[in-house]
Amino acid sequence: MDQQALTGGFTAPPQQSAHAFRAALNAMARPGTIEHISGGSAPAPVSPAAATLLLTLADGETPIYLAPGHNNAAMRDWVAFHLGAPLCDRAQAVFALGDWDALLPLSDYPIGTAEYPDRNTTLIVEMPALAARGAMLTGPGIQDKALISLPEIAAFQANHALFPLGLDFYFTAGTQIAALPRSTRVSEGK
Amino acid sequence: MTMMNTENSARQAWMGLLARAPAARLAALIDGAGTMPAFDWLRVPEIGGVMVRGRAGGTGAPFNLGEMTVTRCALRLSGGQVGHGYVQGRDKTHAEQAALVDALMQTDRAADLRAKVLTPLQNTRDSAATTRAAKAAATRVEFFTMVRGED
Repeated sequence: MDQQALTGGFTAPPQQSAHAFRAALNAMARPGTIEHISGGSAPAPVSPAAATLLLTLADGETPIYLAPGHNNAAMRDWVAFHLGAPLCDRAQAVFALGDWDALLPLSDYPIGTAEYPDRNTTLIVEMPALAARGAMLTGPGIQDKALISLPEIAAFQANHALFPLGLDFYFTAGTQIAALPRSTRVSEGK
Repeated sequence: MTMMNTENSARQAWMGLLARAPAARLAALIDGAGTMPAFDWLRVPEIGGVMVRGRAGGTGAPFNLGEMTVTRCALRLSGGQVGHGYVQGRDKTHAEQAALVDALMQTDRAADLRAKVLTPLQNTRDSAATTRAAKAAATRVEFFTMVRGED
């Protein structure tokens, strides 16, 4: 097994995962908020924020889909050693990790069912950078409006139209993390 | 492939021995085996539960016997050898020492450690098993039937 695949775990798991979980929760509860999380690191090209998020949220009961570009031998070994999570296709994924273009099309992922709307995929989208500009967000958890740089807008509008079903998104860049739940309305920023 | 299996089974043997060794006895033996090298944590010791499964009679369908507490950790020596420790119970020092011995068994200190740590542990274990078997054997009752006078 690659040496790189064995490093990058938390050094103090209880505290670091609690901090990261709080940040991830806050980001999802207040869409558009940019939080910072760190502590984990995974083989390239995975960002520290995405690695930390996976260490916090994923375990042996959450199948993960690695999109092309993130699906290399070192990363598969890292997932096996640190998370113990099974790797799977899009249709079974609880989490999916990759760049936006590699994760498309979104129709491949489960959006939950009427009885169990939580049985959907949470996509972790790796971004070059995150900034409070671009698309305008309104909806639950947002006082008036929030701005966040999204890779596109139409796909998230279509996803919101599926509510109460749909996909949830985390965006990661470096140590930055932001989230977009299916409940948020997305429109062109002014 | 055969060589790989031999290596694996040897490692399984010492890891199993370390996992079941009494923590105090292991600590005492390690103290007597010279200074331990520095290492980096790959996975700090953590306590969790595992489901122990068994097979009726050793061959039947598997069933869940029960959960047990296990402490595990992984570390790496400066030479690059990776050691894993999985031990029963909640003793983090025990897991650390088991992982350390596992890593050192892959270095040139293997023979020294085998003589000073593993062999004494194996002897303790063997003698405990023999004593127990002897105690059990002493209480064995042999049933046999005399020829019944049915004719």
